[in-house]
Amino acid sequence: MSKFFENPVIKWVEYRLPIFSFIDESVGSGYPTPKNLNYWWNFGSLAGLVLVIMIATGIVLAMNYTAHVDYAFESVERIMRDVNYGWLVRYIHVNGGSMFFILVYIHMFRGLYYGSFKEPRELLWIIGVFILLAMMATAFMGYVLPWGQMSFWGATVITNLFSAIPLIGDSIVTWLWGGFSVDNPTLNRFYAFHYLLPFVIFALVFIHLWALHVHKSSNPLGIDIQGPQDTIPFHPYFTIKDLFGMGVFMLIFMYFVFFAPNFFGEPDNYIKANPLVTPPHIVPEWYFLPFYAILRAVPDIWFISAKLGGVIAMFGSILILLLLPWLDRSKVRSSQFRPINRQLFWVFFVDCLILGWVGANSPDAVFHGVPFLWIGRVTTAYYFAHILLIIPLVSILERTKPLPESISAAVTANAKSGAGE
Amino acid sequence: MKKINAIASILAVALIFGSAVSSATASEGAKPHAQDWSFNGIFGTFDRGALQRGYQVYSEVCAACHALRLLSYRNLTAIGLSPDQVKKIAAEFEVTDGPNDEGEMFQRPARPSDRFVSPFANENAARASNNGALPPDLSLMTKARKGGADYLHGLLTGYKEEPPAGVKLPEGMNYNLYFPGNQIAMAPPLADDAVKYADGTKATLDQVSSDVTTFLAWAAEPELEERKRLGIKVMLFLLVLTGMLYALKVSIWKDQH
Ligand code: HEC
Ligand code: HEM
Repeated sequence: MSKFFENPVIKWVEYRLPIFSFIDESVGSGYPTPKNLNYWWNFGSLAGLVLVIMIATGIVLAMNYTAHVDYAFESVERIMRDVNYGWLVRYIHVNGGSMFFILVYIHMFRGLYYGSFKEPRELLWIIGVFILLAMMATAFMGYVLPWGQMSFWGATVITNLFSAIPLIGDSIVTWLWGGFSVDNPTLNRFYAFHYLLPFVIFALVFIHLWALHVHKSSNPLGIDIQGPQDTIPFHPYFTIKDLFGMGVFMLIFMYFVFFAPNFFGEPDNYIKANPLVTPPHIVPEWYFLPFYAILRAVPDIWFISAKLGGVIAMFGSILILLLLPWLDRSKVRSSQFRPINRQLFWVFFVDCLILGWVGANSPDAVFHGVPFLWIGRVTTAYYFAHILLIIPLVSILERTKPLPESISAAVTANAKSGAGE
Repeated sequence: MKKINAIASILAVALIFGSAVSSATASEGAKPHAQDWSFNGIFGTFDRGALQRGYQVYSEVCAACHALRLLSYRNLTAIGLSPDQVKKIAAEFEVTDGPNDEGEMFQRPARPSDRFVSPFANENAARASNNGALPPDLSLMTKARKGGADYLHGLLTGYKEEPPAGVKLPEGMNYNLYFPGNQIAMAPPLADDAVKYADGTKATLDQVSSDVTTFLAWAAEPELEERKRLGIKVMLFLLVLTGMLYALKVSIWKDQH
């Protein structure tokens, strides 16, 4: 590296704009990284890769897409049939959306398990939650663009939620629609936002990484870096590890693109939107299903209608994640040393899966005699109880296991015993 | 070890739920039997014979009621018809063009670059000829229904002359095992010998249904063969690349383990 910095051209630029040292200190040999990161730390860079892929394919799609209720559906089919490799670009974009959510959900569960959200990484986590919200808005509006049946009816159901706001709700919905139903003005503004928001996400990711680089990555042991013996340079160790992770990920991603491109999709969205025909089951994309279940789980409570309650619970389920750094009082980050928290983490994980399953089914349907409505209510209650009660209580009451002295001490001990974690 | 247990139990839970979901939706119409389509699997291609016979079934039977408006006549070269054949087929249809120098619209024979001509001028005309029911456009049918090609084949072969005891069909409705709700406004469009094949294939109900389904699967996903061919190359490339990256990773990390 030092040879590189002696090159006169590099020196000239570096003196005026220290971009090379910036890169070196961000993802180069000048960025010290905990030596014990496991593969769960690959998911951030994978999400970054997908973000770039989404923006690149999105721009190409935009060159061929027409945001008008009379032409949108046909223009997407024209991309699929007549634009050179249009089908490839569209299938990458569509499946990339699903991949993005899979990666980010794993990334978040990683943070939850290893206590990455704790001091001093609270803001890093909070920025992450805002990234998630921006991603959800982007994905929701993107799904409306092909103007299929699910596009139209999903947009109708979700925008209608705002009518639950007392007094001004109906006016807000009319304002969002730009009319008295989901129609051409709605499609146009959604397109504008769908093009804008990815760049907002990009900026948020930049801040996310800025915050990350201040205190560096946490690690599976959750203990602080104490000195150079605990770290290895990001390059070449983690550049190659991230690249290998990207190879594995691309294999999975491309399998879906080429061999099961509509696996994550709804057949109804290949029917052009028709405001006069309501599909029998209106379901959102899979990554919204847990939140859809929470939305529909809430009953009328006192003066709060079920609809308003559902909306509050749905948005609340994400917003309470912002409080996590203060709800969890434990000084120990990693669940490896928190036996009870570790068990309950998996309970919470399964709870989220069940919520997703409930979201895919009609509340009236029954599973072995139990109505989905009630499965949804119990799992929704557990979701909130876990974050608002169980996490704080366990964090105070739990007896944690002794922490290793340092990262390097633990790594050496591990290598001697020849066993994994 | 504990982690592996946890992951295994999650997978088990997911599997149980997965199967429960599919059985819960079965009440909408019988689950169609999986057919052994030529275009299944990662090496799948469309059987050219089936495509051409399927086009014959579509044009002789289904085209009386169903449009295929996302296709152009020129696309038919992809199923093995020659440009001359395509020109002839297109010329059998009339399209409105214009305005001409006098400002008048006029009729002319269709060209290969024209979209398939729809059987009805608009939705109302289609409904008027079909007892109020609307025959949907078939361009995307195999992608627009759960079960895809298997569903379509099931629908075409799944008519029962008599509904089960206790079920009363309204006037003009037909009983179909696979259609959601079992009552469909389309009369059985196919039967044994519904068409006469030039290549000598026996036109059983199952055969004509499979052929037209293959044709419609192509109409919905004309890129399928190219997609799968390219997919194999991409996967092989990624496999080699990832293997090399892994080897590099192991060698770079050697001094750390
Ligand atoms: C006499 C007119 C007529 C002919 C010929 C005809 N159909 Fe139909 N078809 C209809 C009508 C009407 C409907 C709407 C049925 C309903 O909604 O109940 C329909 C519906 C369908 C559907 C949609 C079923 C669903 O899941 O919604 C498919 C697929 C279909 N037809 C395929 C075919 C095929 C393939 C052929 C040729 C072999 C064909 N049809 C021939 C009139 C026709
Ligand atoms: C566009 C989406 C995102 C991108 C591109 C992204 C990127 C990254 C990257 C590259 C890292 C460092 C590598 C790693 O730890 O995996 C990281 C760390 C982190 N991210 Fe994200 N992230 C995204 C979304 C989120 C979300 C939604 C959250 C949580 C709500 C989150 C929380 C965190 C935390 C807490 C860390 C530090 C982990 C640790 O050091 O232990 N991120 N992110």
